[in-house]
Amino acid sequence: MFETLSNVFTDNPLIVSFAIIGITMYIAYKLSDKLTRGRIHGSAIAIILGLVLAYLGGVLTGGEKGLSDISIFAGIGLMGGGMLRDFAIVATAFGASFDEIKKAGMSGVSALFIGVLLSYVVGVAVALSFGYTDAVSLTTIGGGTATYIVGPVTGAAIGASSEVITISIAAGLVKSILTMIGTPFVAKYIGLNNPRSAMVYGGLMGTTSGVAGGLAATDPKLVPYGAVTATFYTGLGCLMVPSVLFLMTRAIFG
Amino acid sequence: MVIFGVALLAICMLIGIFFGEILGLFLGVEANVGGVGIAMIMLVLIVDYLKKRGKLSLPAQDGLGFWSAMYIPIVIAMSANQNVAGALDGGPLAIMAGVAAALIGWLFVPLLSKGGLQTEETVEENTFIGGENKNVRNIK
Repeated sequence: MFETLSNVFTDNPLIVSFAIIGITMYIAYKLSDKLTRGRIHGSAIAIILGLVLAYLGGVLTGGEKGLSDISIFAGIGLMGGGMLRDFAIVATAFGASFDEIKKAGMSGVSALFIGVLLSYVVGVAVALSFGYTDAVSLTTIGGGTATYIVGPVTGAAIGASSEVITISIAAGLVKSILTMIGTPFVAKYIGLNNPRSAMVYGGLMGTTSGVAGGLAATDPKLVPYGAVTATFYTGLGCLMVPSVLFLMTRAIFG
Repeated sequence: MVIFGVALLAICMLIGIFFGEILGLFLGVEANVGGVGIAMIMLVLIVDYLKKRGKLSLPAQDGLGFWSAMYIPIVIAMSANQNVAGALDGGPLAIMAGVAAALIGWLFVPLLSKGGLQTEETVEENTFIGGENKNVRNIK
């Protein structure tokens, strides 16, 4: 009986994930309505529920992919994986206006450069305060603070230790998760309510998952504007951190 | 047909990702540089072109609208895939660096987006030009 049920689940992974995400969102929207009278958006609660499930999945299995490491929930990994995520992000452009993208283009591009630099400097400063003084470790942790992809790419390129690379990935993950959770709460204080500030936001924060999740929970019509800049961030980070920023860091710290 | 919209979306994404990879190779970077962003800009331009000429049928728009509306559920599935345990295992250094970077990023948003506050009205008119917009904006 149980085996049959579990087989049905493992044989239809993507379908299982549609059902689970639907139920999760139903619960989240009900909670949003009943407990917060709609003040905290349903999708913000759903994202937090998702992160809690991911934590449980990680603790139970010791894996790296959250809930989808549990075999009957493997479909969550398919549904929330890179391919469908990017597909849906591109689809949000269906509602975007090219004029707005053009108008805010320059602010978006400058936000990208400033965003990579800011995260990098913050990461290096925190690493310094924890006693790291060599340029390789500082650069890798700074890169990871930009995004969790820049960290390991940089670390591999300049020969950082695996311990430092792990820290750099974790720093990027923390930033990404906090961006997902925090965006709807800070949105009104930082003027995040129009295409221009959304493009600046995507460029400054840079974590595609964080920006995408955070804006979805804030106001879905801003998603395409944030996403269009955020998707350039990781590439720019991989370009700047192991080269220009590494050289500068080495010149300063030896 | 619905599939025309979905296929258009798929073709834009593949071309965008391809150019992102090429750009990455060209810059000597081990990453896709803005592939999704390129795909998005392509889609916006093509949809705009087709709609002005009345060549984008309603079912095709529904095909695009469906995936646009599936975005939030997919993001929630994505959040359930994050390595949350790993992030917390990274220790105080990782947590402090991540938190500080997010906070400073937030502080800079108003500084860099000055002058953008008046544009709010134009969004209302322009967003979700086709298909059902109810399921996309169900958050409010």
